[in-house]
Amino acid sequence: MVDNAALPRAPGAAINKTLITGVIGSDTHIVGNRILSIALENAGFKVIALGALTPAADFIKAAIETAADAILVSSLYGLGELDCRGFREQCIEAGLDEILLYVGGNLVVGKRSWEETERTFLGMGFDRAFPPGTRTDAVIDALNCDFAARSALVPST
Amino acid sequence: MSAALLIDFGSTYTKLRAVDVEARRVLATAQGPSTVASDVTIGLDLALAALERKLGSLPKFAHRLASSSAAGGLRMVTIGLVKELTAEAARQAALGAGAKLVGAFAYRLTPSDLSAIEALAPDIILLAGGTDGGNAEVVRQNGARLSASALPCAIIVACNRDVAEEVVAGLSAAGKNAVLTRNVMPAFGVLEIDPARDAIREVFISRIVHAKGIDRAAAQVDAVLMPTPAAVMEGARLLSEGTAKHAGLGDLLVVDIGGATTDVHSVAVGAPRRDGVVQYGLPEPFVKRTVEGDLGMRHNARAIVEAAGASVFATRAGLTEAALNAMLDAIEADVERLPATPEEIALDEALAWTAVRIAVGRHAGTSEIVQTVQGPVTMQRGKDLSGVTTVIGTGGPLAHGATPSSVLRAALADPADPYSLRPLRPTLCIDADYLLYAGGLLSAIDPDAAFEIARTSLRPVEEREAHEPRSQIG
Repeated sequence: MVDNAALPRAPGAAINKTLITGVIGSDTHIVGNRILSIALENAGFKVIALGALTPAADFIKAAIETAADAILVSSLYGLGELDCRGFREQCIEAGLDEILLYVGGNLVVGKRSWEETERTFLGMGFDRAFPPGTRTDAVIDALNCDFAARSALVPST
Repeated sequence: MSAALLIDFGSTYTKLRAVDVEARRVLATAQGPSTVASDVTIGLDLALAALERKLGSLPKFAHRLASSSAAGGLRMVTIGLVKELTAEAARQAALGAGAKLVGAFAYRLTPSDLSAIEALAPDIILLAGGTDGGNAEVVRQNGARLSASALPCAIIVACNRDVAEEVVAGLSAAGKNAVLTRNVMPAFGVLEIDPARDAIREVFISRIVHAKGIDRAAAQVDAVLMPTPAAVMEGARLLSEGTAKHAGLGDLLVVDIGGATTDVHSVAVGAPRRDGVVQYGLPEPFVKRTVEGDLGMRHNARAIVEAAGASVFATRAGLTEAALNAMLDAIEADVERLPATPEEIALDEALAWTAVRIAVGRHAGTSEIVQTVQGPVTMQRGKDLSGVTTVIGTGGPLAHGATPSSVLRAALADPADPYSLRPLRPTLCIDADYLLYAGGLLSAIDPDAAFEIARTSLRPVEEREAHEPRSQIG
């Protein structure tokens, strides 16, 4: 499991970074996603918030048009695995090979451990998966860390 | 008396409306043939002579304004990045400018796309792509490919502002007539098509009117202001919004059935009318135009029949399928043909009804119920036109047809198709004297007079009470 809170902060990485957020599939839970979007904006990111009930293809179309650097997919109703199937492949198909993909929320229903769930989503091509109860700071830290690593602004620790 | 002459250089006729601006009335109407292919002034002179015969003598016109859809109309190609985003925004801008959209392209232009565009020979290309600060690479590349092409037409650049100037400079360096305007989608999901629409109109006035030979009539016309569909849109907007002196008619829908296409214009916000409905997709333009290139009374009569299904259509027209086929053959052999026999009149009515039914269905938004864990949610795509209060029919089959009321009813909500957000209980009118375009042209000079004159042409085709109450589901 990734201990998000322990990631090093890399202030400044947010500059000029565009993020797509939204709740995937037939899922209307918008509140947490809205809080996350506001927090990301406050952290200096440019956020394109697609809102609830967003089909996978719409995340990708928005990312192409806005030249986004990352897509943050929320899923709260337990069908995340189904809705996110093939997401990375669709991105590659659309020419977004390098885009950073995060997923978070109540990703599965039933008695699966978080470790197993995380493994499933990382296996599907997401760069990070976040469990229920993740604080917005943890997501911001992860983004800063990943963007910094990509642009080699921060020496690896 | 302050007289104005309002001219429509059409593809078949040159139509004139002489109006008394002060008295707010039509003095006379006349038409001549369309002679743009040879010399536009020949048809105009014939039409003016007909007007003179009606009036005794021609008044001194204080204003002589024209619109044109002659010489193939304003042929446009649009290019964007994602089909449903900037490519769609570019399409909306072109349609809103009154263009005849001959091609719409998305993503990177391929060599065969470029050959296709060259073969389409557009008058104007609208090049979009990327939100401001968004994707720059694709529009840069598309600009370079247009630069390297043999295309002689004007290219309006309405893309990501980060690269717009660079793209224009590249096109200009290659000898193209490139025009810079604001991005049609400056931010994701924000449609800003008015600057592009104005740029299109500007190029139309400054270049296209000359290229098509319409400026030969310069001695008889002060200005050719816009393509005719744009003039109809302006007329519709004026009637809907009103002026400082006159309250407008509110949300309205205009259906224009022609020989080759059926145009639908709506002037309405079209936002969801009930709480809890989720709007999906791009925002819609307040004044929206759609053109159905497969629904025309003459050039596309068979396409209308096929869209409805031949047996269903034959039943509606009260014809056998064999008789229907024979009559369609006759229309195809002579597209100028006007209906004469009762069977031909019935066929035309069924064609018009079906064209309106399908065209308004494509223009209006739809609602859809999505099952979620929390229960059903209604999602709306496009405009909700159920609150439209006036539906106006224009064009020959409606203005001169025997049963405009029955044809216009095809625009209304239908319990059998509850998810189509069509008008529920509007007043149905026809533009009896074909004054919508004239009102649109005159609105540039005197909006109050334009409103009153266009209003006089609206004839209700039935009482509102005659409608059966309809319930909306969804």
